[in-house]
Amino acid sequence: MNKCTERVYNGIVKENPTFVLMLGMCPTLAVTTSAMNGLGMGLTTTAVLIFSNLIISALRNIIPDRVRIPAFIVIVASLVTIVQLLLQAYLSTLYDALGIYIPLIVVNCIILGRAESYASKNDPLSSAFDGVGMGLGFTVGLTAIGIFREILGAGQIFGFTVMPASYEPISIFILAPGAFFVLAMLTALQNKFKMPSATNLKGTSELACGGDCMHCSWSSCSSNHDLLEEKAAAEAEEAARKKAEAAKKAAEAKKAAAAKQSAEATNTTATTAKAAAPKKE
Amino acid sequence: MKELLLIAIGSALVNNVVLSQFLGLCPFLGVSKKVETAGGMGAAVIFVITIASTVTSLIYNYILVSLQLEYLQTIVFILVIAALVQFVEMFLKKSMPSLYEALGVYLPLITTNCAVLGVALTNVQEGYGILTSIVNGFGTAVGFTIAIILLAGVREKIEYNDVPDSFKGSPIVLITAGLMAIAFFGFSGLI
Repeated sequence: MNKCTERVYNGIVKENPTFVLMLGMCPTLAVTTSAMNGLGMGLTTTAVLIFSNLIISALRNIIPDRVRIPAFIVIVASLVTIVQLLLQAYLSTLYDALGIYIPLIVVNCIILGRAESYASKNDPLSSAFDGVGMGLGFTVGLTAIGIFREILGAGQIFGFTVMPASYEPISIFILAPGAFFVLAMLTALQNKFKMPSATNLKGTSELACGGDCMHCSWSSCSSNHDLLEEKAAAEAEEAARKKAEAAKKAAEAKKAAAAKQSAEATNTTATTAKAAAPKKE
Repeated sequence: MKELLLIAIGSALVNNVVLSQFLGLCPFLGVSKKVETAGGMGAAVIFVITIASTVTSLIYNYILVSLQLEYLQTIVFILVIAALVQFVEMFLKKSMPSLYEALGVYLPLITTNCAVLGVALTNVQEGYGILTSIVNGFGTAVGFTIAIILLAGVREKIEYNDVPDSFKGSPIVLITAGLMAIAFFGFSGLI
């Protein structure tokens, strides 16, 4: 498969930010009161994501490593401001509906996460397509949740009534609590069918933060993958060292006990102790 | 005075930052396993949001407005907040070690908690003055603290309950949060 289409496929299906990585949950819950808002938010984020990936990837050799996070933030914030002004000018209904969540795209985990884990390591073209894939994946996720909530809560899809007139809308689903319930059902289903998702696969994601969005704050979006690996390696080493020490001690204790007995007996116990040592490991 | 009180109650209870605006959801779900840590997180959030809303509204009203650079608000706010949290952390470490001990671990977690930026932007959108912004920031942070401590209390009890397998972990927490959000609807009659 071509690398660009592979990135798009990866973003929409394999590493879908909403369903699999569980990133950017704040906008996911807040703006999905209707399918239209979900779609609008998704496309806005997509636009920011494509250009931020493109610019960050183009500048990846210029930005010094130590100040990369502030540099990324400035780039993303500038893009978000541009998008916000464009929306205000040309799509004012969407702008009013999304309100404060447009500037808050800056702190969306997906954008900095992709910048750190993909765009800062790859060429501009594939980074841009990574942005397309991730953005469309996010859009699909938001629109799906939006459709679900709109059908249950208002009996409509994209503003068109689809449910029969006898259907009494469960309006709680387009209010704040409904967002929590829908997400709870989604994660419960994923747990039930053991689908790949950040909620039931801990620490197996390729993403730097291990895809653990429940504990995600911005800082952990940075590439701490190597750090985690190092830590795990150090822990394993430590455990192995302790085991070896314990085995050694046991062997020595046996030797000391056996030293009181005859020389011949000492030899035999030492050999059994030595034989026992690897067993304990 | 009455107006300030209304804003404080409104931002703390009626428009609760987590349960009705979904800001700061990550720490809300992540750091709510124990009441003690939830309290620590809440205190740190109150501290940071109050300072951040003070500083951002000062910057907005005295620098950005007078230079007609209002459109730079998002960029300026995010950088100011990130720098501010770093600064607060260093300051506390140096001069108030006891407070740093209590809040220190939580401070980096809130560096760019979306609630902090959210409050700063709301203050601008609503056209609040400096004093009103501070009260709004404080109220919002108190609302966050109330919500996270309540959730932590419920979660401590849930530990001992027999939850269906597929609802273990995050789904049951989300449902709890949803029920709390319904309960908080009751406050909308307050104002």
